[in-house]
Amino acid sequence: MAMNRREFLKIAGFSTLLGLGGKAAFELLAPGEIEAAMEGIPLTAGKKWGMVVDMTKMDERIMDEAIKVCHRIHNVPKVENTKQELKWIWKETYEHTFPGQHHEYPAEAYHGRNFLLLCNHCTNPPCCRVCPTAATWKREQDGVVMMDQHRCIGCRFCMAACPFGARSFNYGDPRKAPEELNPEFPTDMTYPTRSRGVVEKCNLCAERLAKGQIPACVEVANKIKKGALTFGDLADKDSEIRELLREHYTIRRKPELGTGPNVYYII
Amino acid sequence: MYDGWKIIVGLVIGVCVLLYPFWPSAGKWDAKVPEPELTARAKEAKECVEPKSYIRTEHMKLLDEWRQEAVRDANRIYKSSTGKIYDKSLQNTCMECHSNKSKFCDQCHNYTGIDPFCWDCHIEPKEKT
Repeated sequence: MAMNRREFLKIAGFSTLLGLGGKAAFELLAPGEIEAAMEGIPLTAGKKWGMVVDMTKMDERIMDEAIKVCHRIHNVPKVENTKQELKWIWKETYEHTFPGQHHEYPAEAYHGRNFLLLCNHCTNPPCCRVCPTAATWKREQDGVVMMDQHRCIGCRFCMAACPFGARSFNYGDPRKAPEELNPEFPTDMTYPTRSRGVVEKCNLCAERLAKGQIPACVEVANKIKKGALTFGDLADKDSEIRELLREHYTIRRKPELGTGPNVYYII
Repeated sequence: MYDGWKIIVGLVIGVCVLLYPFWPSAGKWDAKVPEPELTARAKEAKECVEPKSYIRTEHMKLLDEWRQEAVRDANRIYKSSTGKIYDKSLQNTCMECHSNKSKFCDQCHNYTGIDPFCWDCHIEPKEKT
């Protein structure tokens, strides 16, 4: 194809203009679409699982048991170094749980007391937006923020994006976790472990939900004290969890960030 | 040919280096294709989730589909061509019958030089030795 110098420069010039004004071009061709893609889109359709932690009923023992059962059935090993620890559900003080709410004169009941923390399964999860391989995503059916270990490349963008510290990285092979801390690891032969170099987190017991069971932490907590943890469908206005939310004043962790946490605390 | 011996020695060394990938299997040309061994339980069941011929050639594709559907699509129930229902799980469904990983999976995979990373995470059944 013959092209003279003038034509070439014209095309080059227009391409540069389009390149620089890519967003403007988008705006002309598909108005509003780019903004929509940049804004958080609530991906939940149908069911929307949520959890209520009733701190008036919660105590250390319930929390410990819930953590124990979760980490046992999901093969989460104990690691001594807190910088490399793996946790799906864990305990934290009031000021670390609700950093914005803390002040000099905390109520005695909450001073020095631990709260039960887990992945908030946010309505608008920042971890999923940053994942380059879609290894973590918000499940459309029920809003569980899932993790596909087959796809995780261990970049840890999600860990940086999650404002709740709900994600842990496998710095080493979990099967080589210190034996004195994990005498019987892997603790559940029906569930996989992870490999070195992937991120893991609470999956809201997706494998149990598939069988029609409730998350293990909720089951154990309720065995010890009824109503300490409540799990249910936030989309169903007649559900037990919605009833609880209607009747009690609840707070969530860092709601100001707009991630839409789905774990509520009655305090 | 000037310095002919140098060229020939060089050629011999060159050919040896080029054949490097074949070294480890040298002398094993008549190695038999290993036959997967069935456990008593697998023998008793008589059939796998799909016909044997299909499983032999397509098991990796089936497992890949299972992985995709179970993890990503929350669809953990497999309906086989014979209408039977199975849980899509390598660790729990496949290995429940084929609990002899070394004789059922590994020897063929070793023979064909395949190293699937299933077992980095999925737990293999303990084998009686």
